[in-house]
Amino acid sequence: MTPLLFVLVVAAISFGAGFLGSLLGLGGGMIVVPALTLLLHIDIRLAIGASIISVIATSSGAAAAYVRDRLANLRVAMFLELGTTSGAITGAWIAGLLHPRWLYILFGSILGYSALAMFRRKRPKPHPTHAPSALAHRLNLGGSYFDDAHGEEVVYEPARPMLGLGLMYIAGIVSGLLGIGSGALKVPAMDLAMELPIKVSTATSNFMIGVTAAASAGLYFSRGQIDPFIAAPVAIGVVAGAFLGSKFLARISRRAVRTTFVIVLLLVSLQMLVRGVWW
Amino acid sequence: MVSEVRKEPHWVDMAISRLLRGGVVISISVVIAGLILTFVHHPAYFSSKPALGELTAVAESFPHSLADVWKGLREMRGQALVAFGLLLLIATPVARVGLSIIIFAIERDRLYVGITVTVLLLLFASFVLGAAG
Repeated sequence: MTPLLFVLVVAAISFGAGFLGSLLGLGGGMIVVPALTLLLHIDIRLAIGASIISVIATSSGAAAAYVRDRLANLRVAMFLELGTTSGAITGAWIAGLLHPRWLYILFGSILGYSALAMFRRKRPKPHPTHAPSALAHRLNLGGSYFDDAHGEEVVYEPARPMLGLGLMYIAGIVSGLLGIGSGALKVPAMDLAMELPIKVSTATSNFMIGVTAAASAGLYFSRGQIDPFIAAPVAIGVVAGAFLGSKFLARISRRAVRTTFVIVLLLVSLQMLVRGVWW
Repeated sequence: MVSEVRKEPHWVDMAISRLLRGGVVISISVVIAGLILTFVHHPAYFSSKPALGELTAVAESFPHSLADVWKGLREMRGQALVAFGLLLLIATPVARVGLSIIIFAIERDRLYVGITVTVLLLLFASFVLGAAG
């Protein structure tokens, strides 16, 4: 393969990853890393370095559109970023202590659990099960957005903010350990624990991912894991794909987002477990 | 139906949206320019198959410190220009947190100024820890 063909192939794969990532609240790293390592035989360290760049690009590109459409909740994001950034620092610290195979097994298990929990709750509940908390009210975490698919204004008040913050700390640890945005953990933390609408969870997750990823990107850069020749086509492709994906989210139905999300979670979970068990 | 929920003013959403979009557009433009410059300086990259192995090797001497990037920029090297664009991309979410502090200060929301300053300090702490080792 010539360098020119390599650039074109990587940009095309990254375009697909950016599109899917912005629809699902994932950073796209879950697609970029396997594609670079398995298909193009790139060293995993360089693949992860390019992945963290794709994660920041997806988050920022899609978030710009979500914030304008009022889907991302700024206060929920700011409050929960206390958990993700401190978690990312903790994760980078314990990365040197654990054998990677346990990270894969732990991560695969968490993902599988999240997917099954979301699958059980496929039908939206008519009433929230947990009363809006006094803390959520004091933190002014409520909001509203206009749902294009249903043609109505949706008003929401999150439940259990401290549980959400704790889960975000865990998501931050995973992000610091594996160099991913860990949107697959952020979305369930908001959707299931805090009972935020799925579209708000997805958009706010995308909004937060960039900050979590930036916490580890500087470290990867100084370690020499960000190869410009690999990261450049990844960043360009992902930004273009994420831009297109963000145009679709407000238009597609909630069930389609959730069903796709569950399937992707299960596949990635299986991949992680296989990798951990047969290390 | 009366809603108690307070909405963020329109200008806040637009300011953050423009910052994120601007950061991505500028950094990606720099990355594209750097990639084009790389191919202009090395016409062999259009046809040479062995060249790819060197470009994607772990030991390849691509810039990975601020000093490397600065030196490469002065020599008009494509790889350094790409790296500079990638650094701008990494700085974009950090700048968004900085802008949020200003927004909450204008809204006189002291609780959220405190929360956001804490997040920014945590981000700087992670960079310092990374540089230290």
